[in-house]
Amino acid sequence: MYKILKAEKLADKIYLMDVEAPRVARHCEPGQFVIVKMDEKGERIPLTICDYDREAGTITIVFQEIGASTMKMSGLKAGDSFRDFIGPLGRPSEFVEEDIEALKNKKMLFVAGGVGAAPVYPQVKWLKEHGIKADVIVGAKTKDMLILEKEMEEVAGNYYPCTDDGTYGHAGMVTTKIEKLVEEGNKYDVCVAIGPMIMMKFTCLLTKKLEIPTIVSMNPIMVDGTGMCGACRVIVGGEVKFACVDGPEFDGHLVDFENAMKRQQMYRTEEGRAILKVQEGDTHHGGCGNCGGDN
Amino acid sequence: MADVLKRVPVREQDAKERATNFEEVCYGYNKEEAMEEASRCLNCKNAKCIQGCPVAINIPGFISKVKEGDIEGAYKVIGESSALPAICGRVCPQESQCECKCIRGIKGDPVSIGKLERYVADYALENDIKPVKAEKTNGHKVAVIGSGPSGLTCAGDLAKLGYEVTVFEALHELGGVLVYGIPEFRLPKHKVVKKEIEKVKELGVKFETNVVIGKSTTIDQLMEEEDFEAVFIGSGAGLPMFMGIPGETANGVFSANEYLTRSNLMKAFDDSYDTPIVAGKKVAVVGGGNVAMDAARTALRLGAEVHIVYRRSEAELPARVEEVHHAKEEGVIFDLLTNPKEILVDENGWVKGMVVVKMELGEPDASGRRRPVEIPGSEYEIELDTVIMSLGTSPNPLIASTTKGLETNRRKCIVAEEENGQTSKAAVFAGGDAVTGAATVILAMGAGKAGAKGIHELLSGK
Repeated sequence: MYKILKAEKLADKIYLMDVEAPRVARHCEPGQFVIVKMDEKGERIPLTICDYDREAGTITIVFQEIGASTMKMSGLKAGDSFRDFIGPLGRPSEFVEEDIEALKNKKMLFVAGGVGAAPVYPQVKWLKEHGIKADVIVGAKTKDMLILEKEMEEVAGNYYPCTDDGTYGHAGMVTTKIEKLVEEGNKYDVCVAIGPMIMMKFTCLLTKKLEIPTIVSMNPIMVDGTGMCGACRVIVGGEVKFACVDGPEFDGHLVDFENAMKRQQMYRTEEGRAILKVQEGDTHHGGCGNCGGDN
Repeated sequence: MADVLKRVPVREQDAKERATNFEEVCYGYNKEEAMEEASRCLNCKNAKCIQGCPVAINIPGFISKVKEGDIEGAYKVIGESSALPAICGRVCPQESQCECKCIRGIKGDPVSIGKLERYVADYALENDIKPVKAEKTNGHKVAVIGSGPSGLTCAGDLAKLGYEVTVFEALHELGGVLVYGIPEFRLPKHKVVKKEIEKVKELGVKFETNVVIGKSTTIDQLMEEEDFEAVFIGSGAGLPMFMGIPGETANGVFSANEYLTRSNLMKAFDDSYDTPIVAGKKVAVVGGGNVAMDAARTALRLGAEVHIVYRRSEAELPARVEEVHHAKEEGVIFDLLTNPKEILVDENGWVKGMVVVKMELGEPDASGRRRPVEIPGSEYEIELDTVIMSLGTSPNPLIASTTKGLETNRRKCIVAEEENGQTSKAAVFAGGDAVTGAATVILAMGAGKAGAKGIHELLSGK
């Protein structure tokens, strides 16, 4: 069992938890992820690592309620436990292995969308600890949905919040902020974009035009997360890769986002049914086919 | 008096009935049936059956106990050689091992050794007969990686010798391929696998789940930081292969590993579990091995019309005869001498069909089987909504790539001595599918035994 030491709600449907997992905390690096399983009958859910404390042996996870399982998970409180907590999985971000001096000469731009701020944070923090200041754009629908602001401001070189509705920071999509920064004369050697698939896709279209090499972090459907099932297949540069062992970070200019987005829809019918089951509890027995629950 | 040339038939769940549920297919013998079948054993002085067994169980020895009705005694005889008899009695290919050497088989049916082993083991599980434990530990710490058949066997053998063994498992359940790969209807998880693992626990073996060696920690760290003196790698062959044909990343195309993991490990067939599975209405399973049969029979139970698509003929099917027979009985359709060329995809990214080509058998290839050759112009389309690729698996490179000095071959398999499991790295041993590539449960158990012997020789200085 893996004890939850802290649980808080960051924004509507977005939650943060500190979980006791000493083996993971001792070995994880920025860019990696974990898989959690709530209880005996739960799904294995891949989640990005938002922070880690090697001494305390804890991992911070941030997740958004998007399906039945995450909905159930949001009900967990400090003192509760996860039955299973597996990791760190996937490969660390490329820069972790790079020569620090060479890295210091690179200007990096991080672009986070929504809950994507969570996996971006440990990367920017790692860079700061190694004497490198990176610029960070964080986008959200509206002010109340921006997460980890204080934390990000502390570790970023320049921090640029954006809201789609203009309630805070730059008004508009993250892509318009990238364009603006580049127009103002900022030069970036690398961009790291993490967020919803559609946001990563449009960021990549733009950075390709701007000729800024871009890394994205894929979050496809997964079961085991160790290379065993192949559910997380992504097409990168025409080749099939497994996000769990070859990624999750890939060259964004080579990722086939159309295919990736279609694959995310694979269990939509089943998921619709499962959400109803959680929402309606015992009143819904699933699979009746008449209530329209699976549409 | 029954015909001594014929084996006592084993009771099975009706084919029509079982095609719609996940209950075990074979019911096994009762005591009366087991004793009658045991009486057919000739108790050969030079027992050929033992030579056919990868872990050299004293087969006539345990059968003669069954004949006397001393089932506990029979269990003790098996226990000298095997820690997992309830599993082996179900999934071993006895027809090509012990039973094919049986003298009874010359004129009639060989003795039903597998079913007798199963009966004895199930009796021991039901009556909670404890395995014989080491009197005291010898203070040596050994790490075993993977809780599949090779790891469990190695751990069990070492514990009996007094070693302090910890097994590290990457998944959240113990058992490896026994829980994620082999379906419930062939190998019940709760009733058999879990209980058999309990017996290994009773020997004093410790288990830690959710530890992915190569990620959560490494072999070098286990030895340097956690004081393990020797390590046995039994991490299996978990990486699925795909064909590389167009359309393979479409929705509705799965590896057999994924499909079976969802159903077996995550219990997606049971509505009370959260993990979903796409049941499919019309499913093609590509491949002809035991895993392909398991995937096909799972899809069938989830309500699909299921076709096995295999490029050679029935005679070359690598699956066990019993599995093919069961699959046919249940209604799986065999499209033999047929090979996929392309998966057809609809506008939403879902599978809508498959282009296949007819094959004929040509000259024998390196494997000795006749090479399948395409018949030009014989392509046609079949309508489908699900394709399950069951083309084999290869070892996960995670461990080899994170362990200094561990040699692998070009198939990514860990190089290890057959007789004691010694790898290229000092105090590190390996066995099972991680070394051989995908094989059987019992061969992996044999390798686990060899590894235990190798580790014991090293640490006891013998």
